[in-house]
Amino acid sequence: MSAFAKDLEAAIPALRRYARALTRDAETADDLVQDTLVRALRSQHLFHGGDVRSWAYTILTNLNRNRLRSLARRPALSPLGDADAPQMAGPEAGGRDIERALAALVEDQRAALLLVVLEGLSYREVAEVQGVPIGTVMSRLARARAQIKSYLDGERPALRRVK
Amino acid sequence: MNEDYEPMTDRESPITEDELHAYVDGEMPADRRPAVEAWLAQHPEDAARVDAWRAQAELIKTRFAEIAREPMPARLDPARLERLQRRWPRRAVVAAVLAFLAGGALGWFGREMVEAGSPVAKTLAADAIDAHKLYVVEVRHPVEVPGAEAAHLVQWLSKRLGYDLRAPDLGDIGLKLVGGRLLPGPSGAAGFLMYEGPSGERFTLYCARWDAPETALRYRDAGQVAAFYWVDDNKAYVMSGPADRERLRKIAQSAYDQIETRASKTRG
Repeated sequence: MSAFAKDLEAAIPALRRYARALTRDAETADDLVQDTLVRALRSQHLFHGGDVRSWAYTILTNLNRNRLRSLARRPALSPLGDADAPQMAGPEAGGRDIERALAALVEDQRAALLLVVLEGLSYREVAEVQGVPIGTVMSRLARARAQIKSYLDGERPALRRVK
Repeated sequence: MNEDYEPMTDRESPITEDELHAYVDGEMPADRRPAVEAWLAQHPEDAARVDAWRAQAELIKTRFAEIAREPMPARLDPARLERLQRRWPRRAVVAAVLAFLAGGALGWFGREMVEAGSPVAKTLAADAIDAHKLYVVEVRHPVEVPGAEAAHLVQWLSKRLGYDLRAPDLGDIGLKLVGGRLLPGPSGAAGFLMYEGPSGERFTLYCARWDAPETALRYRDAGQVAAFYWVDDNKAYVMSGPADRERLRKIAQSAYDQIETRASKTRG
């Protein structure tokens, strides 16, 4: 295995964790990770140093955005972030609540929050992954946190409306 | 926005929300932290927000941390994925070298090697190239279903073909999906997808059922137009486009990789 592939391998557990939190579905998450690995290996000649893991986060974030866009074009499916989004059999209520709160976020806000909180990336690294200025990362983070807070505090518009 | 917090040395200045986030996320210079802590001691609403954000982070970490410790599924093994990557380009190099030789000293003999295998596969490639020539010149009606309705297009063609078709995403090599149409194929329907490059050049991917498990990648040159074609898992694919072999090879390889990745997932 090449040195690049070894670095990539070391990043897989973190990529799976991030993908699972992004999609909240085990199968979809591993599909995303596999596509990310294939794409990273295929275009490793484009990689000129730096952090392989950050690069993989970038690919995965973009692939998931593309995936959601193509889902959104399909008329039969319900809107994103709806309570009908696939849910895993979460172990305890707290876990399910945070999953639903995450599901209700706009994709870019969810990705920014997860990259900072779960994956421990710096604001600057997240800005690079998302291809936006640091200020945009911070406003995504602020909106995500405010929305999760109001969700967990008991305002759950998406669920109320559906049930 | 606030990339540098250093100039904020005035202890009287209010703490902004951005700074509260930076404080929670460890993005703040250590010498600024006491000012934030003093602020929080006097502003219970902000202190509550900071606590809530930290609690959210804990919930997220608790919920998802375990996934990084799960055993890794075999399909994510990079060594295996790397082998899959290599398999195809090696064939492509052989085919390209032979195709090159075919034009030179080896002549007819070399051509036979390039296009060895089932003569009917050649017919299929020829059909695909004919369809390519017919439709790429269309300005107003190149496709039946536009690329903007990609999900619908793929669903429709999959239904008619009787297997799950995937429209490869060739965006990272500069091609966008124009759309697709249904064509008569060797045994029933064939799917036909059209892509367009930045200067309007068009490539098409022809897909149909094919009664062979697998063939090597083959190259077919038809003057101005050329094609790479292959059979995988009883499905034939022909990628046709302007006769620029290197570019066409890259495009066919990307399509192949995406289709193969999908197939290897379902096979396990």
